[in-house]
Amino acid sequence: MLALDRISKTYPNGVEALARFSAEIRQGEIIAIIGGSGCGKSTLLRAIAGLDRASSGTVTLDDEAIASPHAKIGIIFQEPRLLPWLSVADNIGFGLADLPATERRAKVARALERVGLADKAQAWPRELSGGQAQRVAIARALVPQPEVLLLDEPFSALDAFTRRDLQDHLLDLWADTRPTLILVTHDVDEAVVLADRVLVMRPRPGRLFDRIEINLGRPRDRNSQLFETFKRSVLTSLDRSLDRSVPDRDATQGPGQAMWW
Amino acid sequence: MISDAPVLQQSSEPAESAAAPSRLSRYARPVLGLLLPVTLALGWELVVWSGWSNGRLVPPPSRIFTTITELARSGELVRHVAATLWRVSLGFAFGVIAGTLLGAISGYWSLARRLLDPTVQALRAIPSLAWVPLFILWLGIFETSKIALIAVGVFFPVYLGVMGAILSVDRKIVEVGRTFRLSGFAMIRRILLPAVLPAYVVSLRVGLGLGWMFVVAAELIGASEGLGYLLLDGQQLGKPAQILAAIVIFAILGKLTDWLIEVAAAPFLRWQDAFGRAKGA
Repeated sequence: MLALDRISKTYPNGVEALARFSAEIRQGEIIAIIGGSGCGKSTLLRAIAGLDRASSGTVTLDDEAIASPHAKIGIIFQEPRLLPWLSVADNIGFGLADLPATERRAKVARALERVGLADKAQAWPRELSGGQAQRVAIARALVPQPEVLLLDEPFSALDAFTRRDLQDHLLDLWADTRPTLILVTHDVDEAVVLADRVLVMRPRPGRLFDRIEINLGRPRDRNSQLFETFKRSVLTSLDRSLDRSVPDRDATQGPGQAMWW
Repeated sequence: MISDAPVLQQSSEPAESAAAPSRLSRYARPVLGLLLPVTLALGWELVVWSGWSNGRLVPPPSRIFTTITELARSGELVRHVAATLWRVSLGFAFGVIAGTLLGAISGYWSLARRLLDPTVQALRAIPSLAWVPLFILWLGIFETSKIALIAVGVFFPVYLGVMGAILSVDRKIVEVGRTFRLSGFAMIRRILLPAVLPAYVVSLRVGLGLGWMFVVAAELIGASEGLGYLLLDGQQLGKPAQILAAIVIFAILGKLTDWLIEVAAAPFLRWQDAFGRAKGA
């Protein structure tokens, strides 16, 4: 279990990015964190990753306090951040340097197979498309088998089709070892497709505003009525978090209402 | 799937038509570049051969070539080239070692940078030839002062190159290293070193170029052998063919040593050579 206890972050310039954020996340759960810009989503994720220290509060994974990057916690960034001087295979094996070479090669080969890039093993990162590069980044983060995988808007730089493919692909990979996923996103669709629970954050200072359970089985049909309903409840909550007036949804019922927003 | 085929065709067609002219220009461009010097050389050769000019001050290419072969036959050439190469090698080695060490320290530790960099930058502002009298007083007229001068010339571009390269390593890539819990030596070996290498090779090549420049200065000041001595000797004895011969050999050696660095670094920079090719095309 990952316990976040009253995490606050105030930057040296006095900006309060995050105020007393608490949550308990079960092993294997998929959490989406969503919110307007400046609500501290990325700050929170970096604190969990141990990349930036929180000003106060604690991150605890299985009763172990996290203050610096940890072997059980992996992270995927918005950009693939592959090392341009390593082949695709070596990039994926980057976190396995401590393993004997044969074992490492076997794991990398399996991961390459799993993300569908076996034929690109010896390619350089610059030869990959954006979607392929992000798949390599996912493989690199998953191959050491972390208990928690953090994703900071991982698909936001991709086109809509690639993004959908990768969302499905991520779920597929997740099913292998069922790590906890914590996904920061600004895409309501993505949050509802992936998450068991959506945490809505509110800006200035960043804090938890709302929790929405997505009680939908998997695989989820993006076009189903129920999916729309969940999406709308996340959107409503998001609007409220930004103090926007929420129009009366019932008034817009009718043909074509699905896309009104 | 249906829409795949036409899209593929479309993208391959312009690529092919773009490749055709570039294949043509690969041969055409060097030829075009050689046109002017070759015409001038042949023209001058013709002018001297036909007796319109005696070519005493501007010897024709054939006479320069004869001078080089004569120097080679007498063993003089090897002696002078060896002396110059030895000085450049030693000066380059010292300059590179010092530049790399100090540049790495300044790039890595900001405290060291604040302490060291202002002084180095101030020294850099001094035209390096201004050191010559001092070096001669301190180190004597012989080899040491020459090598020191060359090392000074090599030092600054290497120092700046290494420091700048370390400072401009992508913070995001360093963060990847941090998430995999690399620290200290592992971070340097697996992230910083490969990231810095391309810029380092460039700074070595710039440094080597300056090394060749400074060896001429050092040998003009006072030497009994070396290509710079050949230059001076040719001037004092009124032998322009010997001066031009030395210049040609300088050009060949400079190009050759630069190419050696390029070739030695190529296996480590394979990951970016397509980028280099795209820039060169």
